[in-house]
Amino acid sequence: MSDTSMSTQRRPISSYLLRRPKVRLLGLLALPMTWIVGVYIFSLFLLLVTAFWNVDPFTSLVSPAFNLENFRLIFTNSAYIATSIRTLFIALAVTTVCVVFAVPLGIFMAKIASPRLRNALAVAITLPLWAGYLVKVIAMRLVFTEEGFFNWLMAPLGIRGPGFSIPIVILTLTYLWFPYMALPVYTAIRQIPPILFDASSDMGAKGFMTVYRVVLPLIVPAIIAGSVFTFSLSLGDYLAARFTGGSTQMIGSIIAANINLNPPVAAAYSMVPITFVVIYLMVARRTGSLERM
Amino acid sequence: MKRKNQVLFGALAVAAMVISSCGSDDGSADVEISVPDIPMHESMGDFEGELNIVNWSGFVEPAWTDKFTADTGCKVNPRVAGTSDEMVTLMRTGQYDIVSASGDAALRLIVGGDVQPLNIELIPNFSDDIAAGMKGNVYDTVNGKPYGVPIGRGANLLQYNDTITNGAPESWDVVWETDSPYAGKITAYDAPIYIADAAVYLMYHEPDLGIKNPYALDETQLAAAIALLKQQNTIIGEYWSDPVAQITSFVGGNTVVGTSWEILRKFAAQDNLKTTLPVEGSTGWFDSWLVSATTKNVNCAYAWMDYTSQPEVNGAIAVNFGMAPANVAFCGSSAEAQAHCDTFFAEDEEFFERIWPWTTPIETCVDGRTEVKCTSFQDWTNAWATVKG
Repeated sequence: MSDTSMSTQRRPISSYLLRRPKVRLLGLLALPMTWIVGVYIFSLFLLLVTAFWNVDPFTSLVSPAFNLENFRLIFTNSAYIATSIRTLFIALAVTTVCVVFAVPLGIFMAKIASPRLRNALAVAITLPLWAGYLVKVIAMRLVFTEEGFFNWLMAPLGIRGPGFSIPIVILTLTYLWFPYMALPVYTAIRQIPPILFDASSDMGAKGFMTVYRVVLPLIVPAIIAGSVFTFSLSLGDYLAARFTGGSTQMIGSIIAANINLNPPVAAAYSMVPITFVVIYLMVARRTGSLERM
Repeated sequence: MKRKNQVLFGALAVAAMVISSCGSDDGSADVEISVPDIPMHESMGDFEGELNIVNWSGFVEPAWTDKFTADTGCKVNPRVAGTSDEMVTLMRTGQYDIVSASGDAALRLIVGGDVQPLNIELIPNFSDDIAAGMKGNVYDTVNGKPYGVPIGRGANLLQYNDTITNGAPESWDVVWETDSPYAGKITAYDAPIYIADAAVYLMYHEPDLGIKNPYALDETQLAAAIALLKQQNTIIGEYWSDPVAQITSFVGGNTVVGTSWEILRKFAAQDNLKTTLPVEGSTGWFDSWLVSATTKNVNCAYAWMDYTSQPEVNGAIAVNFGMAPANVAFCGSSAEAQAHCDTFFAEDEEFFERIWPWTTPIETCVDGRTEVKCTSFQDWTNAWATVKG
């Protein structure tokens, strides 16, 4: 008894909170909730509400109203539709390429490479994250210019790069977001118990069969987790298209072009990538992968 | 878009020019535009002690603001803006006193009532030395009232890689026509205002469209310009809005011909990259100081406009940014100044007569037509998105 009173005296805040669970909860969540609701959700809400507002065609001043004109523009203008489809294609392509690279790399790092090589590869994957985003985009631009590194390297083989176009945008975005796919996939493969590989081998499965029947099903949650990053980050990007896409236009390019002159159209158009991501998450949830993440 | 019936249309064009020259020489004067009535500053008073400027990068530097602050006691707070749209947005916040607006921002600010008419008598350095071509343009002089004090100007020129083109292209057709020998290696400016460049080309090659001013397009004329831009889109290599991207595109060999500024050619620093003004003429950017309608530091603003109109200061800004100074008295001040002026055609009014200064397209046709409604900048922005597909 005397011990308790001692500690009560010494830790007044703790004992106060111990007796009041609601205050405790409030204290715990106050800061993150202020952030999420006050800053994140509220500003997102303001942005989306703007999509229904009017804009003065001359002064670009926005005034509250309710009209669906901006949405009509987005769903009837062929350029907007084509750009949405193109952006979706680019995001899916980036995700696919990331998976195709990440799975063999992850298997190699987790199961084959020596610890020293494994560490070296882990550093190599994460190292680009240390460089600025714009630096990486410009670097890709310099690599793929007509007289750039790629064409110089490939010249003896008679190969020339495609010039700034959609394939280079996909490659640039893959370069930017690859760590977000490679790290979860590698971690997931490392966590597969070695006995499963032994069991698979005992039952007569060769290497590819083991990867297909044992490894892939176990790392699907990691692939989904990685793809949420690669897919949604690619959907929102526009600087890669600006610097390495030639005349390629993405959703972000149109939003950026409208943000000062016609904020309601920009807001309405930003619903498109949000819709894509929501659909993607719902599909991912159906597969049950989100619960296992 | 080929030059069909050029002789006939040429004759028509000449006739049209003769007729229109009776009224105005650039198809832009005598336009009545409705603007909010804002009083102008009558006489100079005490300096308020500070001046908040929205400016292009390189316009406001300690090299010349320090002396201004020492002379007047007005502390200068610059805020650099990246685009004309950003300048307009910043000026509308009411937190700034003065802006270095290009013509595509100026008219929007004037008609929106965001800036006030100027009392030129309070700016003695706004004198005969200011280049004639920079005075009285529709983007900063509305209904006879001046709103802007010129800073400098530059042209959107055709830059070409001489080792590949073997000489200057005579016409802009190398960037517009699908049979261009440089298809796939063409660059164009990435902004809605670039529609005016298509209009300039159409003015010359399709006179039956009746375009008299590239910033006064009715719906048919805008549709024709957009069709031309869509045609260009099939042969374009890259659009540029970032100067660094444009320079690396030319230097790296991705681009052979395309829109450029004299200063970008200088920065690229390659002898085989040259610029030319093709036969059709071109567009350009003319920058002026505009004073906020709600400024609390109006005396400092006037002092600043007068100070920066001095030959030395105006020249320093022009050299730092890479453009033709508004005050051509600067050119005679030294051999270096003269070289700068020659590079940027500062004293060459014949050159700048072939340049259409960026002007915000508004519903009132700035070429004086009253029977039709012209397309606004909003229409241009929407149309621009369709160009790139």
